[in-house]
Amino acid sequence: MAEDLAVSTLIIDGRDVAAEGGRTILEAAREHGIDIPTLCFLDGLSAVGACRLCLVAIEGAPRLVPACTTRIAEGMVVTTSSPRLAAYRRRIVEFLFSERNHVCAVCVVNGHCDLQALATRLGLTHVEVPYRWPTVPVDASHERFLLDHNRCVLCTRCVRVCDEIEGAHTWDVRGRGIEARVITDLDTPWGHSTTCTGCGKCVQVCPTGALAHKGRAPGEMVKARDFLPYLRRMREHGT
Amino acid sequence: MTRRPRLATVWLDGCSGCHMSFLDLDERLLALLERVDLVYGPLVDSKEFPEDVDVTLVEGAVSTRDDLERIHCIRARTRLLVALGDCAVTGNVPALRNRFPVPVVLARAYVENVARQPGTTFDAEVPPLLDQVRPVHQVVPVDVHVPGCPPCADTIAWVLDEVLAGRRPAVGTRTRFGA
Amino acid sequence: MTPAQLAQLAAAERSAAAAVRHEVAVCTGGSCGSAGAAAVVEALAREAGAVGGGGNIRVKGVGCLGLCRQQRGGPPERVGVLVRVAPENHLYADITAEDAPRLVRSLGRAPLLERLVDTGQAFFTRQRRIVLETCGRVDPARIEDYIAAGGYAALLKALERPPTEVIAEVTRSGLRGRGGAGYPTGLKWSTVAKARGSEKYVVCNADEGDPGAFMDRTVLEGDPHRVLEGMAIAAWAVGARHGYIYCRAEYPQAIARLRTAIRQAEGHGLLGPAIADTPFGFRVEVRVGAGAFVCGEETALLASIEGGRGTPRPRPPYPAEHGLFGKPTLINNVETFANIPAIVREGGAWLAAIGTDKSKGTKVFSLAGHVVNTGVIEVPMGITLREIVFEIGGGIPNGRQCKAVQTGGPSGGCIPASHLDTPVDYESLVGLGSIMGSGGMIVMDDSTSMVEVARFFMGFSMKESCGKCVPCRVGTVHMHELLSRIAGGRGTARDLALLEELCDMVRQTSLCGLGMAAPSPVLSTLRWFRDEYEARLLAAAEG
Repeated sequence: MAEDLAVSTLIIDGRDVAAEGGRTILEAAREHGIDIPTLCFLDGLSAVGACRLCLVAIEGAPRLVPACTTRIAEGMVVTTSSPRLAAYRRRIVEFLFSERNHVCAVCVVNGHCDLQALATRLGLTHVEVPYRWPTVPVDASHERFLLDHNRCVLCTRCVRVCDEIEGAHTWDVRGRGIEARVITDLDTPWGHSTTCTGCGKCVQVCPTGALAHKGRAPGEMVKARDFLPYLRRMREHGT
Repeated sequence: MTRRPRLATVWLDGCSGCHMSFLDLDERLLALLERVDLVYGPLVDSKEFPEDVDVTLVEGAVSTRDDLERIHCIRARTRLLVALGDCAVTGNVPALRNRFPVPVVLARAYVENVARQPGTTFDAEVPPLLDQVRPVHQVVPVDVHVPGCPPCADTIAWVLDEVLAGRRPAVGTRTRFGA
Repeated sequence: MTPAQLAQLAAAERSAAAAVRHEVAVCTGGSCGSAGAAAVVEALAREAGAVGGGGNIRVKGVGCLGLCRQQRGGPPERVGVLVRVAPENHLYADITAEDAPRLVRSLGRAPLLERLVDTGQAFFTRQRRIVLETCGRVDPARIEDYIAAGGYAALLKALERPPTEVIAEVTRSGLRGRGGAGYPTGLKWSTVAKARGSEKYVVCNADEGDPGAFMDRTVLEGDPHRVLEGMAIAAWAVGARHGYIYCRAEYPQAIARLRTAIRQAEGHGLLGPAIADTPFGFRVEVRVGAGAFVCGEETALLASIEGGRGTPRPRPPYPAEHGLFGKPTLINNVETFANIPAIVREGGAWLAAIGTDKSKGTKVFSLAGHVVNTGVIEVPMGITLREIVFEIGGGIPNGRQCKAVQTGGPSGGCIPASHLDTPVDYESLVGLGSIMGSGGMIVMDDSTSMVEVARFFMGFSMKESCGKCVPCRVGTVHMHELLSRIAGGRGTARDLALLEELCDMVRQTSLCGLGMAAPSPVLSTLRWFRDEYEARLLAAAEG
């Protein structure tokens, strides 16, 4: 469409920026070195605006909007950080830490975890809301991979990478609200899945230690996500 | 002459790793002990938690009735309470037992995993386990949280410098959960 | 079916009805249905036949007659149904199958005094029935009844006008979405009409999920053709050829009646490929929900129709431009569609003459709770809450006092008794910390714990949260826990402060209306009944 080719000028955090029309606020901001915190967003996958970490304020708009799904418009005035936004973001991360059982000290991704990195970045040193300590299972049925629901933040990156990139759609979500859980196939154990190709993309895109390779000790699971922008580029632009 | 600040250290349900990290201050300990009176803790000889403590470093989560009583007493007699390490700040490993009822935990530890004299009857000295292990701030107000497992000696040294200078340390970017 | 044929059918039906000496109409709405309406219809029909009434007495089931219960205190002596007798216009309450012989024999003679309901009371006289004008008059299972009452004439009239004129009429009426948001209906229709693309959809949101709300149920079960007619007019106006009614699974009666009605309308050429022998075709399908309140949110509803999980999507884009299957979609509430036939028939200005400056027309409410008269009512916008509660509602039973009126369900708030003179319109209710909502109206007497009310609604939002976004999924759990602690006398001042902070955070950061509005009952009860919260707090400052 015409407006996708045009360039829009807008103001982000007081800076005049120009970006290709049709870009999201997140893309435009990152192009200009303004990094808005995200969790469910991963470059190469569709954006769902679910974690709410990337919410930004737009002058004149009644509500905060997710930067990952909102397209820029000419003359938009965006604020990506403020004490209020910082407080909301900290609470979101607190909610995640309180929701399930995140014990960094003994976790395979200790030191390489998106959730942990967010806490550091936002200056979160303790969780004020009560920990729930729910009882959730571990699925060790797969030969090479491990699913630990205790560490899952329901970002649905695994669902999206398996559906959009691998094309198997092994992962999806069952249940509602606080009872929601990621599942393989029709809630069969991962090791018995008839659709899983064993590609391991889900393990790599998972932001925490929920999905990991078996046989890793605490801190040993380091994710490698370069394949994703590469595959997306190849699919968009051919060979 | 103004008296020296009175420092105490305590470990509740922790592995003492945070105290080992504290000891890793190495030679800086000597300078510290010139500045403060270490009035209570596993490293000194006092039997009872004293009154009028300026700073207490608390390691470990609140897991037993004994921990609960002690932390209330400590809070009442301390001006600035520092939750030191992930156990004190988040519950951490000790809190992994929270999804199991206490009898199940005791049975696993003292019956199923025991070759000789299995049993869960204890003499009066063993404090009863609380239903839920809790981080310190879920029991008493905490002034400074220092996450880490353990927080490294440099971090502890910096925190002590800050609080002794009368400042509230902005710990956020210096350490993290699981550090 | 041409307009002339429709008029002919209507006339034939009316004269057949006029030839009958007595019409005995049995309410088959929700309450009366569960009180044995089917058995009453059967018993009356049998009795009518037994006395040789055959051609002289017609027994039929009709939609909700409105006055579901008159509570005078204490348990009811007997549980029965409402029955209306014409031409005398007697309304009887608590009729059971055992009463059938007596009732039939009383026709044309002295009425059954002890069962008689005063139809001159405010409950009936102060209502203004537009959405419900044919509900309770027609047999919902017979299209002929609906046609005899003037049904489908508005559709045929609309088909003779260009779509833009129909939209202009709706705009002129000032009708605002009756599902709760109050978005100007004409504007929404206009947006969909102008959206690019030849494939468009009309969707009816029949997923009524608020606890205590049964307005849409009443219309769907009692007058399904009216909804179909409204949807067909909308389809003509916006250029859609396909429609869906997304009805919650918990309304099997409504689903069955809708499917029957669709079949009947298609059989008469009033729905389907060539309506009224014009090139305009509109097909409607019923889709059944599966027990998720969140599917009343429009984007979650559309996702569900598409076969996906019922979770909302970020807006923009809005359904008007990018909706069902990515196509421009008009989605409106049942009550909104049910207003349309009257607007087309009488003209938009007619509706705009009812109600207030910014809230035109009427609103259907489910009046329930601690009030003498419970049931479905339709009142002009601008009527006061006091009139609704004390005149239409008959006041508070058991000698108690009115404490508050709750509107908007889990997304709404409580208006305290001190503000009962508030007019019922969109803006006034928002100004007091509540919303119009879809029409649930729960009266609360002075035995009510307002902290409990907040906790109840938060528990509902928590269980119904879809789980997609963090603030709602986890925030409702924490807010519910805090409310439980406070309600149970175990909460501290810090808990209350945290609760208020989380209310703001969840409201500002949630992805959809469920999460955004979940804090509303808490904020509303804190605004008007803060003392009740504070009285329960522990003295200790311990966190």
